[in-house]
Amino acid sequence: MVESIVSTGVAIGCIYALIGITYNVMFSASRVFSFTAGTLGMLGGVLGSLFIARMGMPLAAGFPLVLAAGALFGIITEIVAVRPVLKSLDQHLYVLSTLALALIIQQFTAIEWGTEARPFPRLFDIPRGGFDQQFWLPMLACAAVIVGLELLYRHTLIGRAFLAISEDNYAARALGLPERRLRMTSYALAGVIGALAGFAGGEMLLAFFGNAPMLTFYGFVPVALGGMGNNRGAVVAGLLLGLFQQAANFLVGGIFASVAVFTVFILVLLARPEGLVGTALQRRV
Amino acid sequence: MDTAAQLRPSRTSVLGSASPLGAALPFLALLVLGIAFPLFGGGYWGVIVTRACVYWVLVSGLNLVVGFAGQIAIGWVALLTLGAYTTSVLAAGNVMPALPPYLALAIAALVGAIFGLIIGLPALRLRTFYFAITTLGFATIVTQVALAWQSVTGGGVGVAGPIFPEPFASPWGFYYFCFGLAAICTWMTANVAASRFGRALTAIRDAEVAAEASGISKPALLGAVFMFSGAVAAVAGGLFAALQSYITPDAFTLDLSILFFIAILIGGRGSILGPLLGTILLTTLPEFAAPLVAWSTFLYAVLLLVIVLAIPGGIAEILDFKNRRPLESERAIIPRPDLIERLLGAPPDAGALRLEQVVLSFGGVRAIDGLDLEIRSGQVHGLIGPNGSGKTTTLNVISGYYAPHRGAVSLNGAALPVFTRHRRAHMRIARTFQTPRIVGSASVLENVMIGGTIDGEGTFVESLLSLPRHRRDEVMLRDTAMLALAAVGLERLAAVRADRLQHSELRFTEIARALMLRPAFLLLDEPAAGLSADEIGRLGGLLLAIARAGTGVLLVEHHADLIFDTCHRVTVLNLGRMLAAGTPAEIRSHREVVNAYLGG
Repeated sequence: MVESIVSTGVAIGCIYALIGITYNVMFSASRVFSFTAGTLGMLGGVLGSLFIARMGMPLAAGFPLVLAAGALFGIITEIVAVRPVLKSLDQHLYVLSTLALALIIQQFTAIEWGTEARPFPRLFDIPRGGFDQQFWLPMLACAAVIVGLELLYRHTLIGRAFLAISEDNYAARALGLPERRLRMTSYALAGVIGALAGFAGGEMLLAFFGNAPMLTFYGFVPVALGGMGNNRGAVVAGLLLGLFQQAANFLVGGIFASVAVFTVFILVLLARPEGLVGTALQRRV
Repeated sequence: MDTAAQLRPSRTSVLGSASPLGAALPFLALLVLGIAFPLFGGGYWGVIVTRACVYWVLVSGLNLVVGFAGQIAIGWVALLTLGAYTTSVLAAGNVMPALPPYLALAIAALVGAIFGLIIGLPALRLRTFYFAITTLGFATIVTQVALAWQSVTGGGVGVAGPIFPEPFASPWGFYYFCFGLAAICTWMTANVAASRFGRALTAIRDAEVAAEASGISKPALLGAVFMFSGAVAAVAGGLFAALQSYITPDAFTLDLSILFFIAILIGGRGSILGPLLGTILLTTLPEFAAPLVAWSTFLYAVLLLVIVLAIPGGIAEILDFKNRRPLESERAIIPRPDLIERLLGAPPDAGALRLEQVVLSFGGVRAIDGLDLEIRSGQVHGLIGPNGSGKTTTLNVISGYYAPHRGAVSLNGAALPVFTRHRRAHMRIARTFQTPRIVGSASVLENVMIGGTIDGEGTFVESLLSLPRHRRDEVMLRDTAMLALAAVGLERLAAVRADRLQHSELRFTEIARALMLRPAFLLLDEPAAGLSADEIGRLGGLLLAIARAGTGVLLVEHHADLIFDTCHRVTVLNLGRMLAAGTPAEIRSHREVVNAYLGG
């Protein structure tokens, strides 16, 4: 039983962490939290099921297509919901514009794909048992993203440009960095990561439109607890969240597990609004 | 305030177009339409219009939270659910002997008020997006609990809604019951909107630091608003349950929450009429075209995106004809320093505001390094120095934004507590900001009235019900604000939306707002920045009049002329240290100051 709690918990935790990283990548580039993070995860599952199960594409074609769709949606998010409201960041219009876009996609999916949760195809034709692919796929995806981002940020020029933008947007622009193009690239990257999260976790979460608000909430918990823009914090907090949720699920039952997660989330935030490892508020006057 | 009586004629001429009757006309029209509705509509449309009334009961309260206070509460359906179940369960007698439906509804309102406070409280600590997510999470949880707590809520099977006895048992009777409550909610929220509490909410939304500087206590005010909003939302829930006649957790989807939220934004922030029209529109629109029902939430979302990107002001902005008339292009600000004495009244015996050996560092940088400063009442004290020398930081230490690492800040010998920023206003310390902090969507007069918030005596409940003390407060604040505007030379612009003003006018608006406190000490952060030479001259005259009335003025400035013409004493800062202090004449000839700053 403990084994099952741990493998499910870690796998779900990895999905939450990936959505958390999706939030972070968008936040670093634009200082904006976007409600579309969970929508990307939902799209990863639904599109994966659509391409591979319904349209019968091979994995080698379906998987890149899902990631490409994620990147495209990331770019659309940037153009439609983020760029127009960036100049008045203090009015928090981005909360509304990204919420609107997330709802549009979610409702469209609900109408066109249906409100039923549909099965996600098994990606590799290997027998079930023990440590199944539905558990190790999200873990693999999470590890790949962490290593990939680390390599990108530390060892490539564009990665360093991303870091510069997230550290100090004005200074980076003054240095001549193409801020707008970098921001779009970041959103495309976030789109890929979010879609990957939904795709890798497809077998566990199924292809279901309701995953969008669920992932938007549970994916934000690691960001809030791990500190904004802090990917390592997001991974640690995501794994803890997954384990805690599964343990509570097993011990007190599903509904009270989500009540427990929510209560802990609120209490931690009230005690430390900047997250467990974040830094305090900026100057306001 | 009968001294302001002679200014009243100008007030009525300025505000003539915005007379109370004109503003109430659309509401009266809706009232007549609503009462007469059963004459034309029938059957199915009766249900739709009753539903619109029920929704509006909730939206009217949520409007204060979202539209006025600017808190992005997207999960308010949780309170509807809570109210629906509380009323139904109590009236059905699932857990205890059945209660009369009216009592059940009243208890639901109480429960709603408590939960409104619980859901709302995180807003005091959390940033916008965090709060939005929190309310979203709460909405999910409440539905899940309703589903799981079978012994009380009936789980997925549900529970019967309450039935209100005669005369409200028939469909039309119930319609009038809901319509009456909706009308009362409209009246109450309109009262709050036009009160010092409503203005304080918009100040919290658009200019939070200015709200603090005016002495507005965010926790107390938001607490009251969340309780009111929770209570009416729960009442709406009880009505909703009666209208549905049977409720299951499926009835309370997030789509409903989104409808409430979007109705407010489509209507426009800071308006009552706009969200009311928005609610009617969103409730009835899908009924005109059956195929639209499935797509309704999709369309609401598209509408939200369009509104946010194209018309952030919503319907209210489209209907705001008054502010589309062009303003005079050549307008001069002519302050009337002679009015200052009348405005500020008898000088409070304030003594001195004193900083002693104050040290403040950020990391390794000493922003203020051993500063001594004494601001005496009745004097203008200049604080000058190059950029980054610690002038604004000094101001922020006095206002309570930073705790000095060493040294003391005292008022009349008593230490000023740090971080109780809104208490500064109660000690009659007022301030302005380097970039004006103004509620752009409110009129200039309303902006100035914000400055007098703490001088009102009525409570939030008195404002809700428009009791005499509330009305007295409003008259007093309006008259004082008109006098303050006349004193700074802006009374002709009193009715204009503040975001249509020029930069220099905003600076004078901020000064008028600060004067509303009848300050013992007035802290001005670069009030002359962006002013023309003429305006700077008139500003100097105004400052001298303020000092003559007994107020101590701290003037942070770069304009050497203004400093030397108006200040009684000047302190010069450089890199956080005091370079020199003395009379303007001494400073003007101080060799180091001339070298480092003034140039020679």
